[in-house]
Amino acid sequence: MKHLDEYRDGRVARALLDQIRAAVTRPWVLMEVCGGQTHSIVRHGIDQLLPASLELVHGPGCPVCVTPLEMIDKAHAIAQRPEVIFCSFGDMLRVPGSRGDLLTLKGHGADIRVVYAPLDCLRIARDNPDRKVVFFAIGFETTAPANALAVHRAKLEGVANFSMLVSHVLVPPAMTSILQSAQNRVQGFLGPGHVCTVMGFAEYEPIAAAYRVPIVITGFEPVDLLHGILMAVKQLESGRHEVENQYRRLLGRDGNPAARALIFEVFETVDRKWRGIGSIPKSGYRLRHEYRAHDAERLFEVEDVRTNEPTICISGQILRGLKKPHDCPAFGTACTPQHPLGATMVSSEGACAAYHSYRRHLGEAAR
Amino acid sequence: MSSETPFGACPVPFTKNDRVLLGHGGGGQLSSQLLESVFLPAFGNPILNRLGDQAMLELPPGRVAFTTDSYVVTPMFFPGGDIGRLSICGTVNDLAVGGARPLYIAAAFILEEGLAIDDLRRVVESMRDAAREAGVSVVTGDTKVVGKGSGDKVYVTTTGIGVVPAGVNLSADSARPGDAVIVSGTVGDHGMAILAARQDLGLQGTLVSDTAPLNGLVARMLVAGREIHALRDPTRGGLASTLNEIARASKVGVEIDEGSIPLRDEVKGACEILGLDPLTVANEGKLVAFVGASHAAAVLDAMRAHPLGRDAVRIGTVTAEHPNLVVLRTVIGGTRVLDPPHGELLPRIC
Repeated sequence: MKHLDEYRDGRVARALLDQIRAAVTRPWVLMEVCGGQTHSIVRHGIDQLLPASLELVHGPGCPVCVTPLEMIDKAHAIAQRPEVIFCSFGDMLRVPGSRGDLLTLKGHGADIRVVYAPLDCLRIARDNPDRKVVFFAIGFETTAPANALAVHRAKLEGVANFSMLVSHVLVPPAMTSILQSAQNRVQGFLGPGHVCTVMGFAEYEPIAAAYRVPIVITGFEPVDLLHGILMAVKQLESGRHEVENQYRRLLGRDGNPAARALIFEVFETVDRKWRGIGSIPKSGYRLRHEYRAHDAERLFEVEDVRTNEPTICISGQILRGLKKPHDCPAFGTACTPQHPLGATMVSSEGACAAYHSYRRHLGEAAR
Repeated sequence: MSSETPFGACPVPFTKNDRVLLGHGGGGQLSSQLLESVFLPAFGNPILNRLGDQAMLELPPGRVAFTTDSYVVTPMFFPGGDIGRLSICGTVNDLAVGGARPLYIAAAFILEEGLAIDDLRRVVESMRDAAREAGVSVVTGDTKVVGKGSGDKVYVTTTGIGVVPAGVNLSADSARPGDAVIVSGTVGDHGMAILAARQDLGLQGTLVSDTAPLNGLVARMLVAGREIHALRDPTRGGLASTLNEIARASKVGVEIDEGSIPLRDEVKGACEILGLDPLTVANEGKLVAFVGASHAAAVLDAMRAHPLGRDAVRIGTVTAEHPNLVVLRTVIGGTRVLDPPHGELLPRIC
């Protein structure tokens, strides 16, 4: 398939691997920021093919994983109301809150629907004028424009029975938080390709300069990832720390200004809690005051939920690149994709779930 | 059922209904009308035409294979097939992959009040055509009607009987290290055709279900090589589920070369858009064969000579390493475990 097969071409991949092996002269630690990148790396076995001295650690860019438990519990409380039609992206349905997941609630009679696009919710709202339609808006900057558009349209067209439970998070503050940690091991980043299609990459330049780390904005296919790794390694080996763009076929420095304008029309920046990591200043979006009529958090007075997070889980350290899934005593025993104990096991893009799904055949040492 | 109208009873007026009514399942005259106008013209054969409460069968020698399956697919008509064709092929295939020659089918229908008779006729005629293609006879059946809203147009349950000839021993627990793993053609076609046929996804194009009876193909394969250890049709859960089922039942490992798995471009593209793995998407006209290495080439040749096995290809090998696990060698040379899908986010596809 054109534009896909060429980025999964074994010959091109092997040539890039040879170049990486030739370029690496000492140990380096790179972090891929996005969950989609982690998934692709583990799914294609890319890290197994890299030189042993080049370590990939897995970043916090899985939106399902980092959505805080409090927010998931709030979503569940809203979804259980009889007047509510609760709409969500499919991968949020299996994510456990303190008590069960959305699929279980659906089995108990809650009206929960999977949508592929947030705008679909407006149609559902118009078709069901006596119900309240709530969309669970999670994600990074990538999904923000589509979510913003749904709220913007709802206000413009007076769809009063549509609201949104917003739990948006942002990549640059999370990267900064990782770099500021005293325990940080990360020396270079594969930056978030799809986030940058919206945001561009100018905002990553101060981070690269301040912390002296190379950041290579990278795509998601095997050839993209290997190319991004090669670019980052070349920077590290030559002592450079720049923002480079591997994902040129999709984005430029300026990203998508129209999409950004829509985001800032609808959302404002706010401190956000990240599951497994904690609160990061200015790391998320919430709806602006002008859109409060569509803010599910205001409309449904959900009481303070008391969350119950297992203490054994080390997902916070995994999300910051300090540990790997197999460092956890619960990995694959008490904690599996069917019964996840923490953030990184809940979504297929989480590092623990990817390791569990894709590399049980490898011995302990090879992990 | 009675064909007489008792003296004094009010006869049912002879009307041409274009919709299924509750009375069509009541066992009375409306039921008879449906039987005579829809079912018998399509399925009629000496065994069925006796209209007994049971079918009396003479079976050739061999072990009897017996299976049943219910079909609830929505939409009922889709590119490449419909619920009728699916209900015959699915049951025929379940018999065929056990090495049985499928012979007889029982068909039970649950109809929703209000179903267009023309739609029912289309389904039944499609079953007739599929049965002819597979060389099986529909010999007994039943029809019930449920109130509007209590069902989804039509559900079909088919039960099949076949006979396994002496000397044929296929079993899911019989795959052995060294066996070649062969797939009969492109995977994921049926599941993606169903998804595309659902209006709400807005995916139109050339996605066509592969629904087909595989008994002819299996018969050719069994002639070509005696070392066929296991066959299975990868329906729900797709190739990934089937490979895992065989690996676990046979307590062996399976190694698959990702790049060798045949996929249509349109299936690949639709899966990419929807975030689905085509290896977990349903098929209704494909099979996976585990064949002793020395017979693999002969079996593969026989498959390719049959229209339903034209794209057959070897995709991997059974190994004693990593028992119970299916490991994929990725296109770039890495490895990963291929798990069966965790659950079903998508509504009914078969």
